[in-house]
Amino acid sequence: MDRSEHQHSLTTARDAGLVGCRSCGLVASPDESECPRCLSPLASRDETSLQHVWAWLIAGLIAFVPANVYPMIQTTQAFRTTESTIVGGVVDLIHHHAYGIAGIVFFASIVIPVAKFIVIAYLAILLGRGRGHDPHRLHTLHAIVEFVGRWSMIDVFVVAILVALVQFDVLASIQPGIAAISFALSVVFTMLSAQAFDPRLIWDTAPKSLNAEGEPAHGR
Amino acid sequence: MRCVQCGYQLTLGQPEAIARVTGLAITSAILMFIVLFAPFLDLKAGSFNSNASVVDVILGFASGIMTPLAFAVLGFIVVLPLARALLLIYTLAPLVMGTANLPGARIALRWAFYLKPWAMAEIFMVGVAVALVKLAGMASIEMGTAFWAFSLLVAVNAFQDTFMCRNTLWTGLNTNIR
Repeated sequence: MDRSEHQHSLTTARDAGLVGCRSCGLVASPDESECPRCLSPLASRDETSLQHVWAWLIAGLIAFVPANVYPMIQTTQAFRTTESTIVGGVVDLIHHHAYGIAGIVFFASIVIPVAKFIVIAYLAILLGRGRGHDPHRLHTLHAIVEFVGRWSMIDVFVVAILVALVQFDVLASIQPGIAAISFALSVVFTMLSAQAFDPRLIWDTAPKSLNAEGEPAHGR
Repeated sequence: MRCVQCGYQLTLGQPEAIARVTGLAITSAILMFIVLFAPFLDLKAGSFNSNASVVDVILGFASGIMTPLAFAVLGFIVVLPLARALLLIYTLAPLVMGTANLPGARIALRWAFYLKPWAMAEIFMVGVAVALVKLAGMASIEMGTAFWAFSLLVAVNAFQDTFMCRNTLWTGLNTNIR
């Protein structure tokens, strides 16, 4: 798993005339259409990967608009109803002097989703062009996006807990707003978008390994 | 596997890793049942008292167009973490007991890995922390049994994931007597 001494020394399953399974990691013969170990469908490269990435990303962007425009929660306190959006919720926490928690929510519900849209689009554009990128950097970006994306769900769970707990008839009650469902959908769509990447595409344009004589090792 | 001189554990052998993952999966399945049936949070504001279990938290959404969201939340914090634990037990328990693989074990293990990003128990716990801060001003809150069981569940899952090596589990399953 470690990077070898030669920075770009790299042999892919495809170079060796084989197919790697994305589900369990087994390397199989290219004649197999199903992985002999985990029974998942095999393909040397997922050619439609980038189309799926773009489709899910656009769906996520569309859902992100109402998620920020409409209220996340409606609070009724002593016959007065106030509505707060995602940004409003963060401002609310700052008024409570809970700066740490405000930071977490701001990061999870605003910074992560926006950064994710940008990074996924960036990865998809670079992979679509198929040349002139540093594969290690793209790989790191992809790993970060896949790892971090699910944490955006925090705000949806916060709303669920508040709605369940604060039900005191006229004194105070909290109802979920349209933004809760839009935001949850946006997070799910962008998670699917990040998962749709075929990470093997990242390495296809990497410089092939050079052996001691300076010849490409490809096909040996 | 252990240092010859001092006996310190250097690496975890395959059978031991599989046994640990199975044990921790059983632990998290049991904890999830406690979470479901015990009170989660207890909120007091003046003469008003509201007692919410995890199921109440989920059903909070279950009206009108929010119903799909309620099912999604139920899936993320209860069904999928539990399903993952049960799938792992189903696949790995025969390896620990030295019996043949159960039918469909391969598909079960594939799904156990596939579900990982969708099981969001730990994210829910951070959500609980945020909600507690938001409510701190307006009411007094007591944590119930399920709260502590859920915290433990999150720790157990995190611990389990450190032993979940994809290659180890697949090799174990594939080399087991069939």
